Amino acid sequence: MNVNVTERDTHTPVDLTIVDCDIHPGMAPGELTPFLPKRWQEHMAVYGSFFRNGVKNAPTTHFRMAPDTARADSWPPSGRPPGADLDFMRAQHLDAYGIEYGILIPLRVGPGAQRNLEFGAALASALNDWQLATWIEKEKRFRGSIVVTPDDTEAAVKEIERLAPDRRYVQLHIPPKTDEPLGRKRYWPIFQAAVDHDLPLSCHVGGLSGHPVTGAGWPSFYLEDQHSNVQSMQAMLAGLVLEGAFERFPKLRVVLVEAGFAWVPAFCWRMDKHWERMRDEVPHLKRKPSEYVREHVWFTTQPIDEPNDNAHLAEITEWVGYDRIMFSTDYPHWDFDDPRFAFKGSLSAENREKIFRMNAKVFYGLD
Amino acid sequence: MSAMTEISAGKPIDLSPYHGSIIDCDIHPSPPSIAELLPYFDEYWKEVLTMRGIDRVAVDITAAPPNVPVNSRPDWRPAKGRPGSDLALMQRHVLDGFGSAAGICNCLHVAQIVFGDDLAAAMCTALNKWLAAEWLDRDPRLRASIVVPIQNPQLAAAEIERWAADRRFVQVLLPGTSDMPYGRRYYWPIYAAAARHGLSIGIHAGSSYRNAPTPTGWPSYFLSDYIGFSSIAESQLLSLLSEGVFVEYPNLKVVFIETGFLWYPSFIWRANKTWRGVRAEVPWLKEAPGTLAERHVRFTIQPVDAPPTPDQLERAIDQMGSDRFLLFSSDYPHWHYDGLNPLPAGFPTGLLEKIAVENPTETYPRLQKETAQ
Repeated sequence: MNVNVTERDTHTPVDLTIVDCDIHPGMAPGELTPFLPKRWQEHMAVYGSFFRNGVKNAPTTHFRMAPDTARADSWPPSGRPPGADLDFMRAQHLDAYGIEYGILIPLRVGPGAQRNLEFGAALASALNDWQLATWIEKEKRFRGSIVVTPDDTEAAVKEIERLAPDRRYVQLHIPPKTDEPLGRKRYWPIFQAAVDHDLPLSCHVGGLSGHPVTGAGWPSFYLEDQHSNVQSMQAMLAGLVLEGAFERFPKLRVVLVEAGFAWVPAFCWRMDKHWERMRDEVPHLKRKPSEYVREHVWFTTQPIDEPNDNAHLAEITEWVGYDRIMFSTDYPHWDFDDPRFAFKGSLSAENREKIFRMNAKVFYGLD
Repeated sequence: MSAMTEISAGKPIDLSPYHGSIIDCDIHPSPPSIAELLPYFDEYWKEVLTMRGIDRVAVDITAAPPNVPVNSRPDWRPAKGRPGSDLALMQRHVLDGFGSAAGICNCLHVAQIVFGDDLAAAMCTALNKWLAAEWLDRDPRLRASIVVPIQNPQLAAAEIERWAADRRFVQVLLPGTSDMPYGRRYYWPIYAAAARHGLSIGIHAGSSYRNAPTPTGWPSYFLSDYIGFSSIAESQLLSLLSEGVFVEYPNLKVVFIETGFLWYPSFIWRANKTWRGVRAEVPWLKEAPGTLAERHVRFTIQPVDAPPTPDQLERAIDQMGSDRFLLFSSDYPHWHYDGLNPLPAGFPTGLLEKIAVENPTETYPRLQKETAQ
């Protein structure tokens, strides 16, 4: 039985060894340029990013509530942007919290959202090479994500083939707001490549599909844009399940990053209920939707869900499965979760070890 | 919540103690064809609709196709005609079946989806006349939602004014989506008119498909869309909360109809958390979204997207955080359950009185006056 305890009693000691499944390396303006071929350097200088978005170069048309979406204290004294100073990140984050491994997810320049597909592919390659040279080769605790461009499947597969042999890349990174639901057939060559190389697929919230960020249309506020990460992840998850991706690729493993996990049980109950009624529309599915989720999908913790009653978080965690949840901080972003405070309420030593460390080690094959 | 401690422990829920007093908050009369509606249009529209052949077009809506399993229980399908098209059957199946004191008719119709504000307004007026004449006049238990041309909030407000004096209309019906999220100030004339007349706002599951039904584009299957109507409801609710609709209209209630409700706990935890972080963006929100929602937001119970075990259902409903949220609905003739057992095992029996009678009466002020008489 779970018992609520005070916040002070639930601090995780700082010497706990942690795997952080979501760290965002930052970059200074122009830093990526040397990693691009000359043709695309010129293109970048003249035309720049070309998104399905009216405010040029903004991540979305909803302005964020913090400069660079960052924690106020994450701006390094060196003057570099948040997350862009390795020594500062070591001191403020990796060493301070006892992080054994940090999974890098580079979000800059939005390769997957570029309307010019060739430019997007060039940016993805540059980002992947930059990630290795600037971060992973300098710090053994980092592991990388192969950034791919889902809407240019051919380029994505080529990029996976190029980099997969380097096992310091431990996953593929795709934003969930793709042009079409990610489970659709046009994306299957990417899943095939992922399975061939035993690389899980990481879907980190974001993307600029050009579709309104909610099914109800464009909202007014960043408050809503931020929350739409959950609904887009719901759509992405339903897409993977119902379009048959897991049926077609039984070895495909997916981690949903930065959408929390409290929504997962109710969403799965809903999928199951209506699948039962209308399963003749999707005869390619051989099992309940929730069974595919249970077998193929993992979730990272941040931003941790915060019910008023800590017992509710324990119930939800149990329903999702203690073996399917992996800790993440989202460093250096404003909604960072501190590992000492993230889980309110009781967590047994065994489950704590799973969530903060072991699940990720198994998932990513870290020794 | 002490009312929720007593659970049904695996047995079907017995609703018979409420026979004669249940308020059924979601009944669907089959949408009439334009040909059936023709007598309710004025001469100009009769001529135009006939000339353009609109009276000969099938007007099913994509979000509720008549033949898919979810849209009619097999034993509620009439021998001929559409499910929900026959008053005598509706009386037998649900009004008498559940023993309803009142049943609210929500007619899902293309009137709220077509382009052309004036056409939409004319269709809504004809539809409301049809609802009054063909349904409300024929059974005193029936109530209805005013169908409004959401395409044009000024015309929608005018339609509300047209019917406000008829107290059998207890709600204003909005489709699941329209041109933009429903909190946007563009829509406030509708809320002002509803609040002025003590009418609640009902948002029914679905999409008008003005844009892709998900932020990640168009899924392949109806099943995907139906599941996703809960995600759309989350976005609509967040829009209503964050734009300040409930600050501007402190007496307004919004009912989410047929969208499920077990998504609400995790939704509101996230909404509260995000609000704490970025509330400087919405300075008019002095209270947490969850505090506003408990006062202003309600859900009809069907479909109960229940977890596998009664114990989980009890815990999930406890996570809702209040016993004020849920309203009884049969969702006739849609197919979510069989027999007269709409509440799955595990549903807290201590909530039944609230759901069947108290919450609907609080949500629809026009029912309060009725029952007080």
